[in-house]
Amino acid sequence: MNANISDVIFIFVLAIFVGIEVISKVPSMLHTPLMSGTNAIHGIILFGGILVLADAVTPLQMGLGFVAVIFGSANVFGGFMVTDRMLQMFKKKKK
Amino acid sequence: MNPLNAYLIIGVSVLFILGIKLLASPKTARLGNLVAAAGMLIALLTLHKTNGDYVWSQGWTFNYTLILIGTVIGLVIGAIGAYSVKMTAMPQMVALFNGLGGGAAALVASQEFLRGSHVVEGLPPLIARPLLFAILPPFIAGSMLFATLIGSLSFSGSAIAYLKLEGKLEKPHTFPGQNLLNGLILLVILGLCGWLTFNVSGSNTTAAFIGMFVLALFFGVAMVLPIGGADMPVVISLLNSFTGLAVAADGFAIHNNAMIVAGTLVGSSGTLLTLLMCKAMNRPVSNVLFGAFGSGGGASAAGKGELAGKTVKSIQADEAALLLSYAQQVVIVPGYGMAVAQAQHQVRELSDELGKRGVEVRFAIHPVAGRMPGHMNVLLAEANVPYDQLCEMEAINPTMDRVDVCLVIGANDVVNPAAREEKSSPIYGMPIIEADHAKAVIVMKRSMAAGFAGIENHLFYKDNTRMLFGDAKASLNALVAQVKAG
Repeated sequence: MNANISDVIFIFVLAIFVGIEVISKVPSMLHTPLMSGTNAIHGIILFGGILVLADAVTPLQMGLGFVAVIFGSANVFGGFMVTDRMLQMFKKKKK
Repeated sequence: MNPLNAYLIIGVSVLFILGIKLLASPKTARLGNLVAAAGMLIALLTLHKTNGDYVWSQGWTFNYTLILIGTVIGLVIGAIGAYSVKMTAMPQMVALFNGLGGGAAALVASQEFLRGSHVVEGLPPLIARPLLFAILPPFIAGSMLFATLIGSLSFSGSAIAYLKLEGKLEKPHTFPGQNLLNGLILLVILGLCGWLTFNVSGSNTTAAFIGMFVLALFFGVAMVLPIGGADMPVVISLLNSFTGLAVAADGFAIHNNAMIVAGTLVGSSGTLLTLLMCKAMNRPVSNVLFGAFGSGGGASAAGKGELAGKTVKSIQADEAALLLSYAQQVVIVPGYGMAVAQAQHQVRELSDELGKRGVEVRFAIHPVAGRMPGHMNVLLAEANVPYDQLCEMEAINPTMDRVDVCLVIGANDVVNPAAREEKSSPIYGMPIIEADHAKAVIVMKRSMAAGFAGIENHLFYKDNTRMLFGDAKASLNALVAQVKAG
């Protein structure tokens, strides 16, 4: 388990720097779409919800897992769709 | 877990990184969003349980039916939200989706925590204790607690941010000793988390855990409630990065590398974005969170005293149209007022009409104009204003002296010269669009009410400033008609 923990911390630390690096040169006009896009990416929590619900046994666990799946699903699908809708408008710029 | 899956997860991580990278450039942004979504799809198809079982190869049980129903319900909620929301209400929508993600992160972590602690609850302590450390080492327990704390805080905080942006909780709520009380609550929460990390089972664990959960929800409300509506973009950005970190912590807890990478990327880029936004307002993030700024204070009273005796000069639409028609260079400064009035199409019409008459029109976009950075760009893009007319603050300020007319539409604090001139002002030092340097300024405004910072705007009292009172949309329609006629 210890080896695993250092592995995941390793991934964590590198990902921090990658996250800072990739958006360091973003123009401010794209801040809202970028926030919305990253908001969709943390919708990956849906899969956490799926894993929890797949193993749920008691009605309480099922209920809470069910809510988690709904929340996560709304986050991921809504997030990508709303971002796409925003960016669609940037596209038709020239007449 | 088959070895191919580990490589696929690396691919997923690359797609997320590329997606965010492409999102950061106007030409590729839409593609970037799709690339990230593709990464999400692969992550779904390769989903494995913590013990290495492939999720989709298990027998179909009632639980899977629930997963399907829940996902479809979420999909419908998300689609309705995403496609029915007006472009002006976009920030609220992001806040809402972010809150749901935070709530999901908290629920996942709390389930994992309680399940882990219940496994050993019936056993005698001598057997249970070592077993417990095998199941829930402090690192894993701590991750779960962190995800629960941050996720639920993000959930309730986002809900308050949503209500504030909807205008249902416009005024900041403050009382003496608020920061002290919030600090104490946070200490209790952290204390409970610390205790729970090393006491993951026992009769008090569940109670302490639920107590922590409830306090974290309450803390999210208490943290956002005193913050003024103008600072909500910063708050949403911060809560967005919080949710990312909660998801990463969930990834630690259930050992899912895709979740760790995705959550951490959002956490770190979201934190940077928050700092960039604070920088544009020239305020440290601590000031936004704990300053309870926007409630009005000594500074605004001082400003008022100085302005006593001065009056603003108003202007009618026909005269304003004349000024604009005969100008050579016009700069339009849009603000939240334009968003509220849904006036972006009228703004574009005006700019087109002026363009036909040979007037050079540019738009000056302040980094924090509106409710979110880039909010104005999204709205103007919706109205088909070409990119090359949109200028950032740094580009436009040096040319402001040569501008004949600066038309301020529903913007206030971002053009307030007090940021440059008045040391006692709460916005002193904030970079502004130097509208007052233009030869003439026309300010479109509904009334003389103060902006979100709650301070007087000296620009309105300058000799070369004229106020065009009324709803931005109606005023713009009148202006367009007059310019056409003239």
